[in-house]
Amino acid sequence: MHPILSALKHHKTVVILVVLEIALTCAIVSNALFIIGSHLADMRVHTGVADNELVWATSSGIGDTTTPGRQASRAAADLAALRSMPGVRSAVITNSLPLGITGSWGTCLARKAGGEKPDSVCTVVMYAGTSGVVNTLGIKLSQGRDFLPQEYQDYDPFHGDQPPPPSVIVTRSLAEKMWPGENPLGKAIFLGDKGSDVTHVAGVTDHLLNPSINKYNGADLNLLLPVTSVAGGKYVLRTEPGARDVTLRDLPKVLDGVDDQRIITGSHSYADTVSEYFHDDRALIWLLLVVIGCLLALTALGVVGLSSFWVQQRTHQIGIRRAIGATRGDILRYFQVENFLIVSGGVALGLLLAVALNLLLMKHYELPQLPLYYLPIAALVLWLLGQLAVLGPALRAAAVPPVVATRSV
Amino acid sequence: MFGYYFDLALHSLKRNPVLTALMVLAIGLGIGASMTMVTVLHVMTDDPLPGRSAQLYYPHLDPTPLNYTQNGDSPDPTDNLTWPDAMALLKAHKATRQAAMAGGSLLVRPVRAGMQPFEVDGRYATADFFALFGVPFEHGQGWSAADDTARARVVVLGDALARKLFGHADGIGQTVRLGDNDYRVIGVTADWQPKPMFYADASSQHYSDNDEFFLPLPVAVDQKLQINGNESSWAKHVDPSVMTSDGMSWLQFWVQLDGSAQVAAYRQFLIDYSAQQKALGRFERAPTSAKLYSLMGWLAHENLVPNDVRLQLWLALGFLFVCMVNIVALLLAKFLRRSGEISVRRALGARRGDIFFQLGLESAVIGVAGGMLGLLIAQLGLWSVRHRPDDYAQLAQMDVPMLLGTFALAIVASVLAGLLPAWRACRVPPALQLKTL
Repeated sequence: MHPILSALKHHKTVVILVVLEIALTCAIVSNALFIIGSHLADMRVHTGVADNELVWATSSGIGDTTTPGRQASRAAADLAALRSMPGVRSAVITNSLPLGITGSWGTCLARKAGGEKPDSVCTVVMYAGTSGVVNTLGIKLSQGRDFLPQEYQDYDPFHGDQPPPPSVIVTRSLAEKMWPGENPLGKAIFLGDKGSDVTHVAGVTDHLLNPSINKYNGADLNLLLPVTSVAGGKYVLRTEPGARDVTLRDLPKVLDGVDDQRIITGSHSYADTVSEYFHDDRALIWLLLVVIGCLLALTALGVVGLSSFWVQQRTHQIGIRRAIGATRGDILRYFQVENFLIVSGGVALGLLLAVALNLLLMKHYELPQLPLYYLPIAALVLWLLGQLAVLGPALRAAAVPPVVATRSV
Repeated sequence: MFGYYFDLALHSLKRNPVLTALMVLAIGLGIGASMTMVTVLHVMTDDPLPGRSAQLYYPHLDPTPLNYTQNGDSPDPTDNLTWPDAMALLKAHKATRQAAMAGGSLLVRPVRAGMQPFEVDGRYATADFFALFGVPFEHGQGWSAADDTARARVVVLGDALARKLFGHADGIGQTVRLGDNDYRVIGVTADWQPKPMFYADASSQHYSDNDEFFLPLPVAVDQKLQINGNESSWAKHVDPSVMTSDGMSWLQFWVQLDGSAQVAAYRQFLIDYSAQQKALGRFERAPTSAKLYSLMGWLAHENLVPNDVRLQLWLALGFLFVCMVNIVALLLAKFLRRSGEISVRRALGARRGDIFFQLGLESAVIGVAGGMLGLLIAQLGLWSVRHRPDDYAQLAQMDVPMLLGTFALAIVASVLAGLLPAWRACRVPPALQLKTL
């Protein structure tokens, strides 16, 4: 060990630079791995609906749909046409879909009539769906029952004065937030500005994601209302397992058949919608993977370049060592230990830098704290990388014949 | 001397082709990644109206009650004006020019056979809009303040929409059916797409939205046309369909102010106006909460650049830094290995400065090659940015200053990386080295 250290002292600047490079790589790689990990975790969510069997479309009506009556009859005609398509099990209209982003309604729910802010839960998302919405979307109830046919009512939280439907289905998270530790079935919820409109919990689902996940609304704080029509809603179709793509293809034609004066503003398979929702996450993951790859390759090539120089520079000394009895293995091990020492220095500094970088990211970009188990992973990767990189030059060094010692230069 | 050093540099680089390629690749990757992100940030924070932006200002009033709390990530309602406030500022006429505006989408029903109805985005604005922003016209002109008062059913079309509807005819005097009404076309703008679309509401896609029509704002209010953008109301039980309510903000307002005296006067006017409204009992907050933003100040306030982009820029710069450290180490090892050669040159009369210059030139050659590679990689990076679904994606193009900047950065980075190794190498004591030769 001692001769290696004193040899390194002769190349202080170069060693410091390599240590610095490894430290920076270690800091960036561990944070990048952590960001990748947290995005992967975000992407592994269950929407709570039948992802692969849903197709949805939106249309902008052109005929006069301003009166609720006409809107309802138009919706009924559209749904009848959609339900008659081959391969379609059922069709409903909803305001929004999990991870569908658009059409989201937010509200405050009160536990008591006329409830003030402290007695209510806010930033709750409202889903509204027409008859058969639970089975069409494939929402699994863990408690309670589905809506009864007479519970679907004409209701729009933003217009008109109709009372809300008598029953709602809430998610487990919402139930826990409204009534911690209690059985939510049959509990009263008060809606509206004055908190005067009452409705009751008929069912509970464990999983139903919000239209978008953010830190204000959480992931699945929502409730589902049974309604007869939704202004500007989405047509959602549940298809037979194999019939999704055909349905998606024929959907615009069928809707046009009911009324050719409308514009189909979008038709999508729901699986694509979910995939689209995570597009940014995937793009970032790929970007980070490329950066990690480039950084590691660069560091490895840097180590290779430097070790090669040192091997060339020390050819004479290696020859002398060989001549006075060092084996090939000794020479090989010398370079490997030297590399291990340098990388260890880099890793030690790098772990500090990684934590510092994480603190910086936490402050400016609202990233969570770096879990400590990422640090040994990054250290191990760099040690392996260093040993791999030095192997070539070290083998070349070990191959130096002892006779070199007798030559001058 | 320059030519000789250049030959020496090429000769030295050719002796270690693998190492040279490695250093060029490192500089190229670092520069390419950095310049991709610098270019993206550059186009996103660019001046949308060069030459005119310095005179444009955005008045900011706070009519919200004291107990109003903004929940979650919903947009700030005070970033927009209410109808009564906007009309008061308009009538006061304290600025050279002023206009109130809001975004909207309408259904176009073409009269030409075989064309399906389609939706277009546009802007509802008061008469000064065109003169205020210097909107160029291909045909005709905008409407007058009198048209605003008279609620004239007139429309100005963007060039793309005009071409779509009327082909090569100019369309002036023709009628267009938008939503449920007919409007007479009085003007067609030339291609005018300020990026970012600074005058749009915070909820719009500032880098990809375009206005394809312009309608008088009073007509939109009369007809209750649909508004795109954030409509925040704080008065309880305000019917959201009443756009003229003083408890709902939804309008954007821009003024042209020439010279710092007028800016100061307008700032004072806003404070006086707030004080007056407070005296009337409409405003509850201190009059000094009224602000006046410059255009670039407003864009900074709106914070259009997503955190992701900033994070990626820092990542790219960190990457460039690692690349540079790598090159410093490699150059240092390489130069010190040539101590013998350097000592011979020193012994033959070369000064330290000569050696320093010679080695510096060698690193600059690596920089130029790395810069060219970096340019290629940056183009590749920008190409991949353009294929993202983000709304700024289409803007990710390199302009001439960015192109030159890429080269400058590459050469500066490589010369900087070469400084320490060259300095160390030129201080090698020649006598000691010559003895061992």
